[in-house]
Amino acid sequence: MTTVTLEKGISHGSDHTHVEEVDFYRAKRGIWSWLATVDHKRIGIMYLVGTLLGFFGAGVLALIFRADLMTPNSELGRDMYNKLFTLHGAIMVFVFIIPAIPAALGNFFLPLMLGAKDVAFPRLNLLSFYIWVAGLIILLFAIIVGNLDTGWTFYTPYSIKDGSNATPLIIATGGVFVMGFSSILTGVNFIVTVHKMRAPGMTWNRMPLFIWALYATAIIQVLATPVLAITVLLLLIENVMQIGIFNPAWGGDPVLFQHFFWFYSHPAVYIMILPGFGIISETISVHSKKHIFGYKAIALSSVAIAIISFLVWGHHMFVSGQSEFAAALFSFLTFAVAVPTAIKTFSWVATLYKGVITWNAPMLYTLTFLFTFTIGGLTGIFLGALSVDIHLHDSYFVVAHFHYVMMGGTVIALLAGLHHWFPKMFGKMYNEGHARIGVILVFVGFNVTFLTQFMLGSQGMARRYAEYDPVFQTYHVISSIGSFVLGAGLLWILAYMVWALMKGPKAPANPWGGVSLEWATQSPPIEHNFHKTPHVDTDPYNFPEIDRSAASNSHH
Amino acid sequence: MTGFSFISAASSAFLADSGGKGFWMPEVASDFAEHVDALFMFILVLSVFFFILLMGFTGYFAWKYKESPTNTRSSPISHNFKLEFLWSAIPTVLLVVIFAWGFRDFTMLSTAPADALEVRVVAQQWNWTISYPKLDRECTSTVGTDGGANVDFYLPVNRPFTVQMSSNDVLHSFWIPAFRVKRDVLPNRYTGFTVTPTRTGIYPMFCSEYCGNGHSKMQGTVHVLSPEDFQKKFIDTDLCKLDPKAPDYKPKLFAKFGCNSCHGVKPEQGIIVGPNLYGRYGNVESTNVGPVKMDDDYIRESIEYPEKKLVDGFAGKAMPSFRGRITEVQLAALIDYIKSLK
Amino acid sequence: MSTAQLEHEAGHGHEDGPESGLHHPAEGHPAFLQHHFDNAAQQESASKLGMWVFLATEILMFSGLFLAYFVIRSSFPEMVLEAHEKLDKVMGSINTVVLITSSLTMALGVRAVQTNQRLQARWYLLATLAFAATFMVIKYIEYSAKVEHGTLPGIYFQEHVYDVAAGVQGTLDRWWGGSQLFFGIYFIMTGLHGIHVVIGIGLIIWIMVKNERGAFSSAYYTPVENVGLYWHLVDLIWIFLFPLLYLVK
Repeated sequence: MTTVTLEKGISHGSDHTHVEEVDFYRAKRGIWSWLATVDHKRIGIMYLVGTLLGFFGAGVLALIFRADLMTPNSELGRDMYNKLFTLHGAIMVFVFIIPAIPAALGNFFLPLMLGAKDVAFPRLNLLSFYIWVAGLIILLFAIIVGNLDTGWTFYTPYSIKDGSNATPLIIATGGVFVMGFSSILTGVNFIVTVHKMRAPGMTWNRMPLFIWALYATAIIQVLATPVLAITVLLLLIENVMQIGIFNPAWGGDPVLFQHFFWFYSHPAVYIMILPGFGIISETISVHSKKHIFGYKAIALSSVAIAIISFLVWGHHMFVSGQSEFAAALFSFLTFAVAVPTAIKTFSWVATLYKGVITWNAPMLYTLTFLFTFTIGGLTGIFLGALSVDIHLHDSYFVVAHFHYVMMGGTVIALLAGLHHWFPKMFGKMYNEGHARIGVILVFVGFNVTFLTQFMLGSQGMARRYAEYDPVFQTYHVISSIGSFVLGAGLLWILAYMVWALMKGPKAPANPWGGVSLEWATQSPPIEHNFHKTPHVDTDPYNFPEIDRSAASNSHH
Repeated sequence: MTGFSFISAASSAFLADSGGKGFWMPEVASDFAEHVDALFMFILVLSVFFFILLMGFTGYFAWKYKESPTNTRSSPISHNFKLEFLWSAIPTVLLVVIFAWGFRDFTMLSTAPADALEVRVVAQQWNWTISYPKLDRECTSTVGTDGGANVDFYLPVNRPFTVQMSSNDVLHSFWIPAFRVKRDVLPNRYTGFTVTPTRTGIYPMFCSEYCGNGHSKMQGTVHVLSPEDFQKKFIDTDLCKLDPKAPDYKPKLFAKFGCNSCHGVKPEQGIIVGPNLYGRYGNVESTNVGPVKMDDDYIRESIEYPEKKLVDGFAGKAMPSFRGRITEVQLAALIDYIKSLK
Repeated sequence: MSTAQLEHEAGHGHEDGPESGLHHPAEGHPAFLQHHFDNAAQQESASKLGMWVFLATEILMFSGLFLAYFVIRSSFPEMVLEAHEKLDKVMGSINTVVLITSSLTMALGVRAVQTNQRLQARWYLLATLAFAATFMVIKYIEYSAKVEHGTLPGIYFQEHVYDVAAGVQGTLDRWWGGSQLFFGIYFIMTGLHGIHVVIGIGLIIWIMVKNERGAFSSAYYTPVENVGLYWHLVDLIWIFLFPLLYLVK
């Protein structure tokens, strides 16, 4: 049962005359209408372009040093290698992966899925975007000034420098500080929007799971990012005037920096993945035409993950010299946070059971996600076990694990979401044949790149090494070849999507038969999203294909 | 206990045979390594099992319930309490077991028996120094032709040793993969662990906390010897004895302070990070404060106040200061050594 | 809508797009109702929740600094005890009273707006502004004293000491675990707090200007209330800062 029938193109003016409405791209024209927009959809598109630029930029850096890693000696030289991996990490984390799904897809779809006209604070939304841009410009400045080689984790005392050596660090930490506020303000906006602007009839239990995911993410953004702000501010001040808080030369403690840093950066990884989980809940149900399995469990597990994520930061520090008691506590809680994630994964697989499954790009990416994210999640268990982590910490095993969850998780989910919502966002359809090639290239390229890195790590290859023992070369060569295939696949996806934007066929309002509110608008939506405020009388997974006759009920 | 032995034996077979490396892990060369590999194997088996199960169902459902003319209606099932309970409870139980097992083995590293061999480890950018306080030995790193530092670390098999570690500058981390042990090395306090090597052989040792330019180049070679060999080849020799009268005292001092990580002493080493010192004594250097003669005073000042008078082209290289951690005797020896480089 | 980050107010809220005639009650909508809200109650509710969530982020941010303070204090208790004596307890106490009183006048100002007493509101807001300015002036005096004595953070620490017995002036350089650590955290905490006071001053001026233009009434006073909440938080943070920094013993 759909909740709202689509009204096409007609709305009522204040004097109740009929007014034709164009989509939000054509409602206003000119560059100023974009730069000064308060339309959440335009802001979402701007974030999408910006974050993808960061993704491709940082990706190219990775391909450069993956090429270098094909030989045991470093052609780039250690200094250049160290700068490249630092920039790759910093740009990927701060410029791309933290904002990408929430600020791009979240901004676009949160109000639509809630049946609202915009977010609670549209001007604050635009400000968030410009803060993000400002932070990016500052970071780019740091890159140009050069010599940033601390790793994106900025561990002290190596990241506390004297004199002119401190300049790139001061600029970079300043850029991160500024960018953090973009994340915080987006979080504030989303929390208030979810609480106050749901369409009539949309109870919490009738919200799409993508919204639950964004809500849980927003809680983390709001509570964790301020601590990052203080951490980088303190590091910045350390570099300007050597206060001594983190510098043992003056009585400070480098492990204190790690506690400060990871108190944000662990919840941050859940900022990265929770929205991805939300997308998967949407795509897996829409493309199997089946009600999501375990709605309440998935919704509540997002909140549980958000809460527990604040309690596990010490698992990045098992070998740092922290006490055994602390280590035990963090290890235990780390396993606790794994349980809600497992519940989600099982629920997604169960959603496929007796569904009507379309093998299209969104579904193929969803299936890929299940494959790669599960590997990422399972390998986290090795790292949460204290004794095993002693060996694996700071090795390539960790690098493989986090790429499996961040890229095999978030990026694959982002790709699923981009394909799923491409028609709605752009009013065009991409070509399925093109898309399938992309899936294959990405799947193969990604797994070849990162699967070998697990063995590299457990066999003794340390992270952040420009040069290595020749015994590791074979795995590195395989990994690098995989990375080039992955890069090609991602470029291919960019290419056919741009082609579809320009030459693709017009997309219908609801190509997949979705039931959540964004599908009850035209493609692309009008500026104010809905002609009439939607009234919701059911949850967003009641597809017409569901067979509710008694004969088809079975218990398993 | 029998379960543990079984898994341990199985893991040895799969992960690393008694002869050497396995698919996943290097040799099992310590008591701790055996335990780590057993738990690793347990987690691996469980992971592979659940992964195949999950992917099996996923693949099967995706194929079997593909849309088709005969499959156009989906099931209304959207929850099942029994199933959801089971798939929450079973992982919880398994994870608690894994946690407890990991924690129990982890505590092995902090149990130091009275007869453990005491080893002091000092890390700096970019080399290791390993000393044995009770044996009055200090093994410093030597620099190879590739500019990398390597320290030889001698140990007797089947005897526990305890490391007490500190850093002279930034964070480093001490990792012996064959032993499966690792611990960060801090500048403001001691860290350490205890472990027993159980297999003779030669094993690599790495720095595993990013520490700058030479992070991948500060390594070690662990030599685990039989008790007889340890006595013969280490205790009864002059290995690692830092005797000021010995002819190699000065080059060893040069290595101990890490000077060789940045300064080449032979022309073929070229520029590593800082100026090559071969034939440099007596030269007039062009610096940021004008021309400076490289004499005893300039060398002393560079060691204690490296930020003054930087040779052109090396301005951003951040040589650390040794003020307060080098004695007059050592300073004099180093100056002498640099003089002799020609 | 108002959160502390936005200092400009572009107008009533009609800038969101063409009036497509949705959601408007037949009698037209009040000037303050922004276009994406259905009604005034929703706008007010959202505005308030937004403010509370934002205040939570501010508390988290300052908590990081409080943590740094506690670490320094537990690492070097004697140093902190000695160094904090250089802070002027009298001025700090005056500032505390000033800020608490300003919170009172702010609350009264909010109440005045809520009860349509625009003129009263003007005076209360002005009083709050005056107290805020007083706080900053006293802060300035305190900071100048520090500059004079050389008790500054980090590399700038050059404390001027007078050896009474020898009758000599001298300077004390920073040392390991030394006072430069305490003054470092002192300046960062009071500095960040001071920045928030200045932002608050800006917000109060903004509210006063709007009040003069008749923007607020019993039907619409949320921005005043929100600025009030922000101001109370600024006061609250100081109430924790003051004893921790000034009254260590």
